[in-house]
Amino acid sequence: MNPSNEQRVSLFERMTLIRLMEERLRADAAAGKLPGAVHLYIGQEAVAVGVCANLRDTDWITSTHRGHGHFLAKGGDPKAMMAEIWGKRTGICKGMGGSMHVADLGKGILGANGIVGGGFAIATGAALSNSLLRNNRVAVAFFGDGAANQGVFMECLNVSSLWKLPLVFVCEYNHFCEFTPTATVTSGDIADRARAFKIPCEVVDGNDVIAVWRAARSAIEFARSGNGPAFIEARTYRIQGHLESEDLFLAGGKYREKQEVEEWRKLDPIARLAELLISENVRAASQLDAITTKVAGIVEDAVKFADTSEPADPELTFDVMFAGQRP
Amino acid sequence: MARKRYIQAINEALLEEMERDPKVILFGEDVELAIFGDTRGLLERFGRDRIRNTPICEATLAGMAVGAAATGCRVVLHMMFSNFIYTGFDPIANQMAKLRLMTGGQIELPLTVIAGYGGGRATAAQHSDTPHPVLMNLGGVNVLVPATPADAKGLLKTAIRGRNPSFFLEASGRGGDSGDVPDGDYTVPFGKANIARAGTDVTVVAIGSMVKPALSAAERLHSSGIEAEVIDPRTLVPLDEETIIRSVEKTGRAIIVDEARDRCSAASHIAAVLADKGFSSLKAPVKRVTVPDVSMPYAPNAESRVLPNEEEMAQIARELVHGHSAVAGKQLV
Repeated sequence: MNPSNEQRVSLFERMTLIRLMEERLRADAAAGKLPGAVHLYIGQEAVAVGVCANLRDTDWITSTHRGHGHFLAKGGDPKAMMAEIWGKRTGICKGMGGSMHVADLGKGILGANGIVGGGFAIATGAALSNSLLRNNRVAVAFFGDGAANQGVFMECLNVSSLWKLPLVFVCEYNHFCEFTPTATVTSGDIADRARAFKIPCEVVDGNDVIAVWRAARSAIEFARSGNGPAFIEARTYRIQGHLESEDLFLAGGKYREKQEVEEWRKLDPIARLAELLISENVRAASQLDAITTKVAGIVEDAVKFADTSEPADPELTFDVMFAGQRP
Repeated sequence: MARKRYIQAINEALLEEMERDPKVILFGEDVELAIFGDTRGLLERFGRDRIRNTPICEATLAGMAVGAAATGCRVVLHMMFSNFIYTGFDPIANQMAKLRLMTGGQIELPLTVIAGYGGGRATAAQHSDTPHPVLMNLGGVNVLVPATPADAKGLLKTAIRGRNPSFFLEASGRGGDSGDVPDGDYTVPFGKANIARAGTDVTVVAIGSMVKPALSAAERLHSSGIEAEVIDPRTLVPLDEETIIRSVEKTGRAIIVDEARDRCSAASHIAAVLADKGFSSLKAPVKRVTVPDVSMPYAPNAESRVLPNEEEMAQIARELVHGHSAVAGKQLV
């Protein structure tokens, strides 16, 4: 099954939103406006958007260090995300979590996670909950190729397959484990690890949002129908560094060649979809430009909102540590 | 009121809470067979949806407990021996203890972790730790150390009905200890210490497994004319500082007895609280009776060398009361 024309346009719009938010964060990080580090999703937009377009608000996701894309793709509010990253009280987590912990329970976003592989077991637990409560929800664990080397990955493949949990593993193979090329620290194929547990696998071009959408649609349907977990490996590429500002401490050291980054830029998922939409006469270039302009306005509003919001309330730290109990 | 064994009281709490709320689920390694006895009969009563054996994968179990609790279940995770908390520690420290704060209070984690702790049974170093200090230091989890069957049942019920992660630490090898347990449904609140024995001369704050030997030590002291007040905090997070301080205001002397290793133990924390808030009442230094900073040896005689014992508690109390300047406790190193 393929997405309709309208669905494809909406994939374009959502990917553009992520891209422009990230570009803006990149600029604001460089300008020293953000209190903490940001790990940007530029180049990987097709994965989050292709998967989340097939999810409902009530479905759960767990995300990664690089979580802004998943947050926005799952329907998180750009203003609330931006304010969170700026450390403001209007942020989605009231300034208590920041970039690495954006979460919105109302949208099924259990949170980005600062621990590599931290989402696996949480998503597995959410899937267990879904299965016991028989609520027809699925859970999706987004994770990177770096996280695939954590032991808990194997543990969660085992238990979710054993208990036939409604869970979809989405490996975003972006080629880097922080500052180390994945191939230098990884043995075998990551998808083979899931195959070993008899979990159906699909390896897709992660820079082709339509391919991701199709794979996600069947994986999510499979899981939702009670057949157990499914696995997708989306091959993509991290265009930015592990985090913005890394040049400061890499001190001239490098873990990849510029040429490699430029090669992958040619496979930009947004440009590829735009080309398709234009060549198939779904939209004219000017119409896509109009969407981009509209999205740029949303980003501008988000930044204004963040910039003019009050700083976080430090006392809140003591109120939210426990529910109904002081620390 | 009826006499019940410690493990039986825990079993009743689980049974009654699972009966009371269909969203309560329990999972862990070997829980179906109930090797500690605390989960006995639950499978027959509630079926495998609500109680089930898991693979041996503590990190995943702790993370799953977080995920399931965040999404609508009330989770009881049985981690068997407390040392296995360490193998599952990443999600405990990084997710369970922090998720609520990191999400600005969006997430509630109604979950209880059960684990058996403590030495004295020749289980050697990896099945005998008393891990409450490390849990107390996490900040985001409650730490419960019930000493009696009645408190075990009441605290476990409070934990399961609660809105926050709680560690329910069972004293290993004490399952057969019996005590009076109230009839019917009741709970024991967190953060309320129990004065296990009233006294006027010295306060003995005893943690979990140490309450019983502290009470025996108090009986020995009674025969030599010293009245010890034994305080059982029952929960370490939250900690009822007030009851402890009030007791020391009366007695002027304090000993804290803790089966954890000495360094950064509950004992050293309570000693610090007393130094800070009870200083003017103190007639003598605050003493700690703890396990030295060593791993638990296997041989029973070597184990006895490092575990706190009644005579040691009583001896230190005598020396505090009689004002000996150099109090010879167990050599800690």
